Amino acid sequence: MTTVAPPWALLAELTHACPLRCGYCSNPVELVGRSAELTTEQWAGVFAQAGALGVVHTHLSGGEPLLRRDLPDLVAAADAAGLYTQLVTSGVGLGERRLAGLVESGLRSVQLSVQHADPAVAERIAGARSFAAKERAARLIREAGLPLGLNAVLHRGNLDALDELIRLAVAWGADRLELAHTQYHGWALRNRAALLPTPGQVERARSTIARWRERLGDYLELVWVAPDLLDATAKPCMGGWGRISLTVAPDGTVLPCPAAGSLPGLDPPNVREHQLGVIWRESKAFNAFRGESWMPDPCRGCALRATDHGGCRCQAYALTGDPARTDPACRHAPDHHVVRDLVHDLVGGPRRLAYAYREAPREAPQAQREVPRDLRRGIRDLQREEGP
Amino acid sequence: MTSLRPAARQNAAGWAPALVPNVTAWRPALARGVLPRHDPVRDADLLLLPERVVVLHGRAGAVLARCDGSRTVAGIVAELSAEYPGAPVAAEVPDFLAGLRKEGWLT
Repeated sequence: MTTVAPPWALLAELTHACPLRCGYCSNPVELVGRSAELTTEQWAGVFAQAGALGVVHTHLSGGEPLLRRDLPDLVAAADAAGLYTQLVTSGVGLGERRLAGLVESGLRSVQLSVQHADPAVAERIAGARSFAAKERAARLIREAGLPLGLNAVLHRGNLDALDELIRLAVAWGADRLELAHTQYHGWALRNRAALLPTPGQVERARSTIARWRERLGDYLELVWVAPDLLDATAKPCMGGWGRISLTVAPDGTVLPCPAAGSLPGLDPPNVREHQLGVIWRESKAFNAFRGESWMPDPCRGCALRATDHGGCRCQAYALTGDPARTDPACRHAPDHHVVRDLVHDLVGGPRRLAYAYREAPREAPQAQREVPRDLRRGIRDLQREEGP
Repeated sequence: MTSLRPAARQNAAGWAPALVPNVTAWRPALARGVLPRHDPVRDADLLLLPERVVVLHGRAGAVLARCDGSRTVAGIVAELSAEYPGAPVAAEVPDFLAGLRKEGWLT
């Protein structure tokens, strides 16, 4: 085996619990319950191993990472391991004291999610009251002098409102706005028909972005993560399997991409049983689609393979039942007709479809009664933190 | 969804020329949220930013180590010229710093 280059980044999914209920959530349908989460010490061990392995960047994400009461300790542990820490949050629960504690622990930057610029529509999409908390969080982050990125997951329900989202990012003082089309994994997959935008929407959005980029220049970085299904172009998923980054799920499962837990036979390793370095270099899961030797035709002879790394394995599995097929999003894929049919149905289909809101994590049966209480407590804590 | 794409940018070759006016009063300092780091695993000097890792080549790390808000550009050039005799420091370092300022990484 050739030498495996070390990873640059770690996505630390600290918890699956979340006060929002977005229908586009790409976390798994079966979430990890709170009692199965890694402890503070276990996470500290993960960060130390990641730093020694060559990771220099971590996104502290979830769910809602603020629901971890030990978050300042986790930030401090990641910082001590030499990792650049970015909090990825809904902003619900990010009060002044909480933020000050995190900054003191070494937090470097924050990425804040937004659903829409109109508060009522935003809260309808999120399925929870959250807009005022986000607005306040953005202000506090700026006042603390931290770089602020906003991210908005795009879908049929907000793609026509990009002008407003961009104005919101400017008004909230963001350095960066990431406009990322929904990834149809986990919960989002069941809402695909309601979330997929129409080709017309995508075309209008693209010209809106171009207009704003010209107008804003360096003032606000606008990142457009393309809708692979509508563009008929495979996305360079994770920058390549086991190539740049790794994900640690709340229960310690280590994945080459956050959605890969859905793949059959992957048998993902866990930090409770193995060192991160061994997992990265030697595990079956991380070597399954690493490099190019796994690629089928037409990928193996295609010039695009250096750019798209063969596309998204989870999408290949979701649409063909075989994770080793060419990503059907690609116009050259033998299964591309599946995607063409999806988009075609959409154009002729109903304009407004309801989607199912995200459901809370379920515990194992013996702990079932504790979960809602746990979750309620978490949300109560957040509200208290938010209080006057 | 994830935005985890800190593409290792092959950037800032250290001494690349650009036409930017020299600002004598400027005392360069790294912007908030920009973290210089030596990476022992790759033996490389890095700049860490919110969504990005910049790999510094050549002596760019030595230049940025002096951007602490106390030295002027002329002061930095003088120090580097003494340390690296014969290197085209005066011709290239001011433009390099101006380029990083334009990126928003120096203030």
